[in-house]
Amino acid sequence: MTATGELAAIDFVPAPKAGPRAIRLGLVGGAVAVFVSVNGMVEAFSGRLLLGSLALGEALLLSVPLLIGYLAGRPEPVLEGFTARRPGWRNVLAGLVAGLASGVTLALFVVLVASFDIRGVFLNATPELVRDGPRILTFGLELGAGLGLLLGLYVALGGAGGVLQVLPGRFRRAVLTALGWVAGLALMQPAVAQVLRGIQQELRIWTAPLTDFLYDASGALSVPGIATIAAAAFCLQLLASRQHRKPVRTRLEQLPDRSRRILRVAILAAVLLLLGLLPQVIGPFLSEVLNIAGIFLLMALGLNIVVGFAGLLDLGYVAFFAVGAYTTALLTSPQSSVGVGWVFWLAVPFVILAAAVSGLMVGTPVLRMRGDYLAIVTLGFGEIARLLFISDWLKPWFGGAQGIIQVGDISLGPVQIRTPEAFFYVLFVFVLLAAYATYALQDSRIGRAWMAMREDEAVAEAMGVNIVTAKLSAFIVGAVLAGFGGALFATKIGSVFPHSFNVIVSITVLVVIIVGGMASVPGVVLGTLVLVGLPELLREFEEYRFLIYGALLIFMMLKRPEGFIPSGRRAEELHEQEVAQDEWLVAGAPETGATDADRDEPN
Amino acid sequence: MALFEIRGLTKDFGGVRAVDGLDLDIDEGEIVSVIGPNGAGKTTLFNLVTGMVTADQGAVNFQGRAIAGLRPSQILALGIARTFQNVRLFPEMTVRENVMVARHCRTRSGMLKAVLRPPSFRREEKETRQRAERALEFFGSRLVGWRFDTPARSLSYANRRRLEIARALASDPKLLLLDEPTAGMNPRETEELIELIRRMRDDLGVTIALIEHDMRLVKGVSERVVVLDYGQLIAQGRYDEVASNDRVIEAYLGRKATTA
Repeated sequence: MTATGELAAIDFVPAPKAGPRAIRLGLVGGAVAVFVSVNGMVEAFSGRLLLGSLALGEALLLSVPLLIGYLAGRPEPVLEGFTARRPGWRNVLAGLVAGLASGVTLALFVVLVASFDIRGVFLNATPELVRDGPRILTFGLELGAGLGLLLGLYVALGGAGGVLQVLPGRFRRAVLTALGWVAGLALMQPAVAQVLRGIQQELRIWTAPLTDFLYDASGALSVPGIATIAAAAFCLQLLASRQHRKPVRTRLEQLPDRSRRILRVAILAAVLLLLGLLPQVIGPFLSEVLNIAGIFLLMALGLNIVVGFAGLLDLGYVAFFAVGAYTTALLTSPQSSVGVGWVFWLAVPFVILAAAVSGLMVGTPVLRMRGDYLAIVTLGFGEIARLLFISDWLKPWFGGAQGIIQVGDISLGPVQIRTPEAFFYVLFVFVLLAAYATYALQDSRIGRAWMAMREDEAVAEAMGVNIVTAKLSAFIVGAVLAGFGGALFATKIGSVFPHSFNVIVSITVLVVIIVGGMASVPGVVLGTLVLVGLPELLREFEEYRFLIYGALLIFMMLKRPEGFIPSGRRAEELHEQEVAQDEWLVAGAPETGATDADRDEPN
Repeated sequence: MALFEIRGLTKDFGGVRAVDGLDLDIDEGEIVSVIGPNGAGKTTLFNLVTGMVTADQGAVNFQGRAIAGLRPSQILALGIARTFQNVRLFPEMTVRENVMVARHCRTRSGMLKAVLRPPSFRREEKETRQRAERALEFFGSRLVGWRFDTPARSLSYANRRRLEIARALASDPKLLLLDEPTAGMNPRETEELIELIRRMRDDLGVTIALIEHDMRLVKGVSERVVVLDYGQLIAQGRYDEVASNDRVIEAYLGRKATTA
């Protein structure tokens, strides 16, 4: 006991390689800055004003040193039993050094572009970056002055990032929150403005002054807007992180049963009311964005069952989406080869049937395959499905590349669902059912069989789970959910074309559940909104969508492999606090709350 | 008639004959130990019996029914459960869920019921849960309470072994095959397990066959010891009979130089 006591008193004396680390990080940051310049992002984004007169491209360029400085200023990891060194000027210095290293790297690139024409290799390294026109990288100044400003800004922002690390935890979090809100509201200006307009029109709450206050005519956040948002977010976050404050969850649990029930009903009612008003308030464009995300969400919930629960990596998932879409098109379009022109709801049972059969058709031959082999074979099946739909051979039925047009609308009684706003409600019901089914299946005999199969196929079989039925049922449930997605997609677009069903759809859905959180419904929802919804809003990023997906995937795999909102047990698995579990430790047995605290905010 | 009969069971792996024309009977209510040097074919025997590996020749009868060629899940449903030499749990599932999986073959609810949740489904879920908890309570306080909801992977090694036995027990087996149940346990834990194995037989009426290298356990618990070497049965009988058998000593220690 005394030994640990003495150890705890020793400072972590050996000055570890903070300098090299800062320089290394700085060079990485410089490389990132050069990369976004050379691939055209900075220039492509320089047209849109973000904050006052700062364009998105410049903001992107300047966010690099801030981030790098923040990372470089992070306190050294401390061995257990040693006291951490108090954060101080060293952290700021590390930030400054990292900022300088980034700045120098970028400055060298600027000189390179100014001196040589490198467009032969880097197509997007246009003269506008440095020499002609707006001279983005030198902020419109002459080369010398511009480089000076660039370096100065980089060092200053790197230092600012380092300063963040010196602030006490609450303040740092408050500053980061403020930064996040300002950046978010600036980036999302079109959507925010639309929502404010919608509130004014639908709810008769006069929001125009607020919009005018927050945003300039150019669409950038105005200077008073920035100040207000930052101040409000800072103060609110500071208030929210007051010490000795019980988490909301425990406070809720302390309420008497009766008030808890009332609260639950009230929250449910409020959510339903909000969702009821939502499409009206956000208008057709944002509703359409949500609808696209919703269709992907249906697919993601289905794939989540196949990959997340049953552990069957299916890369050809788009095939079932296509089957659902084509079945709907064939049965509801008067122009199709079947030509019956049924109403949508009549086609739904056939969509289920067709999707289930196709799930069976894909599932049966791959029963004996796992992991990589399964992934490759299903990838093949996905392509086969697309090629069949596009083929001349089946053209009399599926219309080949011309697809099928005039897919019927959904009708509810006499009401035709035509607008995106109305469609949202229908889609929402489907998504709700799918989410409910996911939860229900997870907590059932069949769900446990799937998970057992995911963990160890041979043992699951030895423990009484028939692997054949378990696998096929997972494929079928997944296929049916994707089929619903396809059916809704077909009726929403009003036509189906084979090129809508390429492998990118499968990949996107898989990325959604990996980034969102495997086997976790909230994770899948968030993943869809972020990865499918956001790109629709941030049209500037459209060209760089897959670049950002890739970067995000790498980041997630390194830093948070369990996803944004992991299912409880995966989080534990991947960030496990070693739990000693033998009987002599039972007295101090850690409760499950440990992981929640762990997830809260790693300092 | 014996509960369980093996006749002429043979399995080749490439050129190696792992099990070679084996005959073996196990009576109801027996505790039988299977011993033998490494590579004698003990685990292969368990794999063959539970259907995880298919036999090349021979018959396995359980309660008078031929079970060779059935799926492992069907064999479990008939009442033969097993544990594994290198503990194989479902690591990410909770302790309770691990055991609940073993009730799969004793329950019926399908997907439709899982989604619609009629009273029959709830009743079955509740019973599955209770049966699982009861199987865990068999090991005293070690796997109960807050441990119900911890992932299996976070258990200590000995507790993993116990959980594996609980999982097998939850399927209501008539014959339980334990593959080195005490590997990695300390002497005190081994003592305790000997007691538990007896209780499984006496209180739950389970017939038990176990593979074991720990001779204290073999001596302490088994009524009959079966010795395998090169896939063949070379001796069987009470522990002291077998322990003094020349062929057994030879299999373990090698042939004496003088007799060569």
